[in-house]
Amino acid sequence: MTAQNPIPNTFRNQPDERGHFGQFGGRYVAETLMPLVLDLEREYEAAKVDSAFKAEFDDLLEHYVGRPSPLYFAPRLTEELRKSAPAGGGAQVWFKRDELNHTGAHKINNCIGQILLAIRMGKTRIIAETGAGQHGVATATVCARFGLPCVVYMGATDVARQAPNVFRMKLLGAQVVPVTAGAATLKDAMNEALRDWVANVHDTFYIIGTAAGPHPYPELVRDFQSVIGKEARAQMLSRTGRLPDLLVAAIGGGSNAIGLFHPFLDDPSVRMLGVEAAGHGLDKEHAASLAGGRPGILHGNKTYLLQDEDGQITEGHSISAGLDYPGIGPEHSWLKEVGRVDYTSVTDTEALDGFQLLCRTEGIIPALEPSHAIAAVKKVAPTMTKDSIVLVNLCGRGDKDIFSVAEHLGVSL
Amino acid sequence: MTRLSAAFAKGRPALVTFITGGDPTPDATPALLDALVEGGADVIELGMPFTDPMADGPAIQNANLRALAAGTKTAHLFQIATDFRVRHPDVPLVLMGYANPMTIRGSEWFADQCQKAGVDGVICVDIPPEEDPELGPALRAAGISLIRLATPTTDAARLPAVLEGSSGFLYYVSVAGITGLQQAAQASIDEAVARLKAATDIPVAVGFGVRTPEQAAKIAKVADGVVVGSALIDLIAQHGANAAGPVRDLTRALADAVHSAR
Repeated sequence: MTAQNPIPNTFRNQPDERGHFGQFGGRYVAETLMPLVLDLEREYEAAKVDSAFKAEFDDLLEHYVGRPSPLYFAPRLTEELRKSAPAGGGAQVWFKRDELNHTGAHKINNCIGQILLAIRMGKTRIIAETGAGQHGVATATVCARFGLPCVVYMGATDVARQAPNVFRMKLLGAQVVPVTAGAATLKDAMNEALRDWVANVHDTFYIIGTAAGPHPYPELVRDFQSVIGKEARAQMLSRTGRLPDLLVAAIGGGSNAIGLFHPFLDDPSVRMLGVEAAGHGLDKEHAASLAGGRPGILHGNKTYLLQDEDGQITEGHSISAGLDYPGIGPEHSWLKEVGRVDYTSVTDTEALDGFQLLCRTEGIIPALEPSHAIAAVKKVAPTMTKDSIVLVNLCGRGDKDIFSVAEHLGVSL
Repeated sequence: MTRLSAAFAKGRPALVTFITGGDPTPDATPALLDALVEGGADVIELGMPFTDPMADGPAIQNANLRALAAGTKTAHLFQIATDFRVRHPDVPLVLMGYANPMTIRGSEWFADQCQKAGVDGVICVDIPPEEDPELGPALRAAGISLIRLATPTTDAARLPAVLEGSSGFLYYVSVAGITGLQQAAQASIDEAVARLKAATDIPVAVGFGVRTPEQAAKIAKVADGVVVGSALIDLIAQHGANAAGPVRDLTRALADAVHSAR
């Protein structure tokens, strides 16, 4: 083969049998965990082809989570953005409303899938890490639903800035363990969850919240979240008779984005844009691993990481605790390298503007994570033609964020 | 005979000691390494600090953070190793750490630096046999031992993959858990070491949770080596740059117990 970057026949057959997405992914874990990771892989392979597993997953998504989530055309936001477009320009903006799910974000889709796997494997104790607290709340929710004890590791910094979610988790019966190591955010919570797991391999299932970690986690989280893209694709075809021109989603670890993107990857007319958190700016503190990082190994996988020249991991920063992670799911690293998905970033300030824009134009208070996607749409929609369709994943609602938004806007509650 | 195989061929069990390079400062590490040698350690493990030491308990986590806060760079580690080799031509030195700092400049670069610095072996916590291409081939080509970890979860079906391509010694992690906390029941160690020794000719050293000469002596009755880390790190946390004396004393007590266990 002479081509440097041959275009694959399909973008939807990753990872390979060793869990690699091109050079990314893999299973970089301590030997103690390796047999368990292999067990999980076997169990997931069996579950994938088990119609009873799929039926139970689908039933819970429909009747407990509230799926399918609506596909919504946003008329006033569309008109607002057309004001800055050239005459005849300005794309239609549509939202996939995953913020209407039970627990208020896309995270629950994955938690339903993973707890069914945990039960299948006979595990009796659940652990999780959380940043913004959305994954922690979703995990605590499914643990309450299935009657399993739940321990959630959360950076002490995040415990302080996401107090409502901490209380929600406690109401749901979870034990929330504040982690004080490092910068006391999501990365450190994940380290501590891995330490718990390695000491409790016999009975504990680790519900990872994003499409990262050792194989098979990136694959199974993607598959569980792909319900977003599958529904959206069918809904868009049914409503408009066509596919969208551009998909936009915010990226921390990247589970909502891969969930939306994956079912569209082999539709060549559909462009995709992942939006990382540029924090205070890409030349300052940020959490944009693809824009400002390079490939390395952390938390069980090889992927783009924020790091120094010695491979020491640097702290991410974002106004959104859910994007505040120095890595990204390995499939996004691969999609960037093969050029199938474009990636951009927006700052804290731009995200705050996007947050307020959606509140005022559509009567929807978004979480700070999808506010990054809205900020990117604000830039890109005016450059597109009027008949173009932009589909944004509204992956979480903003109730949890009103306190930190108020603080940033100088409002005291 | 390599330095590592010689260390396990003295007709007695070997004491393997671990400290984190650069803790409390890069300048303090050489004297601490000398204290380990003077105390009677047979193999020295020098930890490469990492921001995210996922397999380590609080003692070694904090040692990593102290080292990084003191400005420890990978270049310091190789300088420390190079100088150690000049002072101690016969004592085997093993680098232990995590994948990212070892592979960030490429595995060939890392293996080449190890070779130039006189490093005998490498233990990488988060590269299991499944990801061997990431580091193993470069180390083997440079003549550096890749020392693998076996654990209570490494079953008979998996053990051959762990042994394949490993050399120097096999590090048996005696508890499923992180460093420095609980200790395994002696009976489980006896059983595991017997199982491992039946499967390989390379020496088997046992670590994780070993803190006292008494514990070390019991393990040395069955194992080829005993690894002690967190108990030494605790002394460095307590005494800082003045830890060489206490480190030497504990190492001597451990070495006496291990060497005379059988």
